[in-house]
Amino acid sequence: MTDAIVVEGLAKRFGATTALDGVDLTVTEGSVLGLLGPNGAGKTTVVRILTTLLLADAGRAEVVGLDVVRDADAVRASIGLTGQYAAVDEYLTGFENLEMVGRLYHLPKAEARSRAGELLERFDLSGAAGRPAKTYSGGMRRRLDIAASLINRPRVLFLDEPTTGLDPRSRLAMWEFIAELADGGTTILLTTQYLEEADRLADRMVVIDRGRVIARGTGDDLKAQVGGQRLEFTLGRAADLAGVAARLRPLAFEDARTDEQTRRLSLPVRGGTEVLAEALRLLEGSGVEVLDVGLRRPDLDDVFLTLTGHATEDAATDDESPAEPVPAGGPR
Amino acid sequence: MTTLAMSVSDSLTITRRNLIKVKRVPDLIVFATLSPIMFVLLFRYVFGSAIPVPGGLSYAEFLLPGIFAQTVIFGSTLTGASLAEDLQKGLIDRFRSLPMARSAVLVGRTVADLVLNVLTIAVMMITGLLVGWRIHTSIGEAILGVLLLLTFAYAMSWVMALVGLLVRTPEVVNNASFIVIFPITFIANTFVPIDNFPSVLKTFAEWNPVSAVVQGSRELFGNVVPGAPEPSGWALQNPVLYVFIWVAVFLAVFVPLAVRTYRRTASR
Repeated sequence: MTDAIVVEGLAKRFGATTALDGVDLTVTEGSVLGLLGPNGAGKTTVVRILTTLLLADAGRAEVVGLDVVRDADAVRASIGLTGQYAAVDEYLTGFENLEMVGRLYHLPKAEARSRAGELLERFDLSGAAGRPAKTYSGGMRRRLDIAASLINRPRVLFLDEPTTGLDPRSRLAMWEFIAELADGGTTILLTTQYLEEADRLADRMVVIDRGRVIARGTGDDLKAQVGGQRLEFTLGRAADLAGVAARLRPLAFEDARTDEQTRRLSLPVRGGTEVLAEALRLLEGSGVEVLDVGLRRPDLDDVFLTLTGHATEDAATDDESPAEPVPAGGPR
Repeated sequence: MTTLAMSVSDSLTITRRNLIKVKRVPDLIVFATLSPIMFVLLFRYVFGSAIPVPGGLSYAEFLLPGIFAQTVIFGSTLTGASLAEDLQKGLIDRFRSLPMARSAVLVGRTVADLVLNVLTIAVMMITGLLVGWRIHTSIGEAILGVLLLLTFAYAMSWVMALVGLLVRTPEVVNNASFIVIFPITFIANTFVPIDNFPSVLKTFAEWNPVSAVVQGSRELFGNVVPGAPEPSGWALQNPVLYVFIWVAVFLAVFVPLAVRTYRRTASR
């Protein structure tokens, strides 16, 4: 199998900020790669370099065998990009937006129009085709944006945080669209802050933090590294945290994390509900007041804590690098 | 497609897109013409009574070419503000990720603004005719007068395109450019004769290209007194040539600069 995307030693600085510090990755043709990381990790910078919007300081990147700097025009003709916020012209109708992008890909007028109609249909926008995009909801704009990036039937599609800011229903719909595209054989590089999203859509994942790759593999590989499920307790009294942690230690394969402020305790465990039952049995008669208890799958926070020793919030407050634009107003 | 055919086709696509916005947001053209109409009325009736024009020319005849120039120059800020808006909304990113001509977004923008200027000048001319302004020359000269205004406006659009790409915030583009545009349109023969200006300002006004645009269109529309003494300074004695020199210099400098900035720019 050939690689649709090859990235070697990519580095980029913005002034004093190091956005990328030697990133390597490959994406097999026809597969979906989830690029995971918190805000400011460098995800968008990778996408911008691969889509020819930004020049790297060092390293090399190829998309469908073409160098993103030397063969930039040929790369642009083979890719589709959906940025972090919907780049649609709000004064143009949905149809006009797609027709314009089709024309700019140099499709003949008739073909640009028929493609526009087809894609509006596919993304459930036919009813709104004649309305200016200004009147669209956030989910509709995002769908129109993705439709625009598909006009030219790209071999490689870049989706930069395609569901950020969407309500849960729109997010589910977006996941279905993306899964459908992947089934159709399009190579997709998807960035996300949500492990759940990457887990659901991506064949493989690459986790980056502060411009470096800190883990890669399938969703299962990552979860295995993080250590499967977590048992979480919220207690009535912070004073009980240490005692409970000690009492439940035999169930866990690692020490518990406790938080005095929220009176919460999190325990990495293997196994399912039987562990939960066992834990409750161990606490019986101890007089500890348990407000809440549950079994939780690991999320990106857990991945980060395990892999880097710091929570994702650390990185997010680090700085809002210029590589991660925040839209004025944001999706509505 | 050849490179040239591609550039033309892409530029037309972008021009069309920009003009659709004018159609969808008619307020844009309403306000682009309302403020110059207000200027015409204020100057014509408030200042007009107090500003003597040499040679006994009516103030309306003197004023209107000045207002035409002022309107198209103020209008050029729209080019910068619109590009800054496209940058902010991520549209420039989309365009830059497409295999389209690198110059098309800027050409399409400036050409759309040129079309808008044609409409604005038409509205201003009608307003002028209503308040006593007249064309006294041949149709050919009058058309050349309009072309002089449009060409200078087009060159100014490219200056503002660069400003818009560098400044990136539409409101800032407007405020920042007015700091320059106000003095250059007022320290000129736009609204008053320059003969009584203090000497430094007078020299500035004599070589200010805006003065030449105004002087050139006054001559081409026939809004000068026949047999009146020549204006002082080579620039105002050869206003049309002087304007075209400025246009050529502006285009030669700002087209490549703006295109280069566009290629490297990215939404932040």
